Amino acid sequence: MCTNIVEQTPITGAGKGERGWFNMKTALVSYDHPVRLNDEHALNIDFLSDVVGERVAVELDATSARALVAAVTEALRKAEEANAIV
Amino acid sequence: MPYRTDQQEGLVAETVMVTGQNGDPIRAYYARPTASGPVPGVVLIHHAPGWDDWYKEATLRFARRGYAAICPNLYERVGHGTIEDVMVMVRGAGGVPDAQVVADVEASARYLKAAGNSNGKIGVIGTCSGGRHAYLTACQSDQFAAVADLWGGGVVARPEDLNDKRPVSPVDLTPSLNIPLLGIFGNEDRAPTPEQVDQHEAALKQHGQQYEFHRYDGAGHGFFYYDRAAYRQEQAMDGWSKVWAFFEQHLA
Repeated sequence: MCTNIVEQTPITGAGKGERGWFNMKTALVSYDHPVRLNDEHALNIDFLSDVVGERVAVELDATSARALVAAVTEALRKAEEANAIV
Repeated sequence: MPYRTDQQEGLVAETVMVTGQNGDPIRAYYARPTASGPVPGVVLIHHAPGWDDWYKEATLRFARRGYAAICPNLYERVGHGTIEDVMVMVRGAGGVPDAQVVADVEASARYLKAAGNSNGKIGVIGTCSGGRHAYLTACQSDQFAAVADLWGGGVVARPEDLNDKRPVSPVDLTPSLNIPLLGIFGNEDRAPTPEQVDQHEAALKQHGQQYEFHRYDGAGHGFFYYDRAAYRQEQAMDGWSKVWAFFEQHLA
C-alpha cells in the first residue's frame, strides 16, 4: 500500500455481496488507492467475512466519507434519543 | 533498440514457480523472447493493487523488447482470489514485509540467471509501492545491475511510518546503493511529493550515486497506468522512452 493508512474493527452485521447476503465480521477502513473511483486516494471501506471473496466494497472521496460519518452519528444519536437502541 | 518491420518476433509467457523467502514457492509471470540468448533480464515489482493485468502486460512489453522478464506474485502467501480480494487481504494484514519482498525479488533474479539464456545482467523496476521495493532491494542486493524507481511512495519515510514490516526508511540506505538509478515522478503526485523526491535526490548527490531523475509536469501518481484516469499519454510515452534507454545502456 502506498499510504499504509489502514484501520480495522470487528463488526456484527450483514452485507450483500456478489454472491448474496453474508455475515460480516470485519470492517477494513483505509485511505489509499481506490480500485474504481477516479482519484489518487480514497476512503475505502471493505466489509468482510472470514471467506475470501465475501466482501462489500465502498470507495468515497474524503468529503463524502466525512458526510457519511456525520450521518451515521446523527442517526445513532436520534436512535438513542428515541430509546430505540437496546 | 527501435523496432524494425523485418524483425523476427517470438516470445513465450507463462506462470512459473520461484522459490521465494524461506523456501516458499511463489508464482511468477515469466516472459522471454524465443530468440537465442544471451539476453538481459528484468524483474518487475508489482504495485499495491497487486499482481494485476497492467503488470502482466508490462512484463510482456519487456519481453518484446528483448528482455527475459519476470514478475513475482509478492502477495502469494495471503492466498488466492480476484486481484481485488487478494489486495484487500494484504491491506488487512498491514502489507507484506520488506525483507520478504527483497528475498522474493532476489530469488526472481536468480531464476533469470539460471535460465541458461541470461547475459548475467538483471535490472529491477517497480511502480508505486513496487518503486519503493525496487530501491530498497537495489540498496541491499548484489543481484542487480540497474534499478528503476517509478513514483515509489515512502522512499522517504517518517519515523512514525516505520514498523516491523517496514523497519527502514529506504532513503537511509542510499550509501549502500552501488548501481545506477532511474527515477520517474509526476510533479502532482502526493506520494511521493516533489519535496520528498527532492530529499531523495539530495541524498543521492550527497553520497555520489549515479542517478537520473525525470520529473513530469501535468502528471500525478501512476501516470503510466493506461487503465486509470491518472494516465497521461505524453508524459507516459516519454517516461517509457527513458526506461528503455536506461536499461539498454546498463544491461546490454
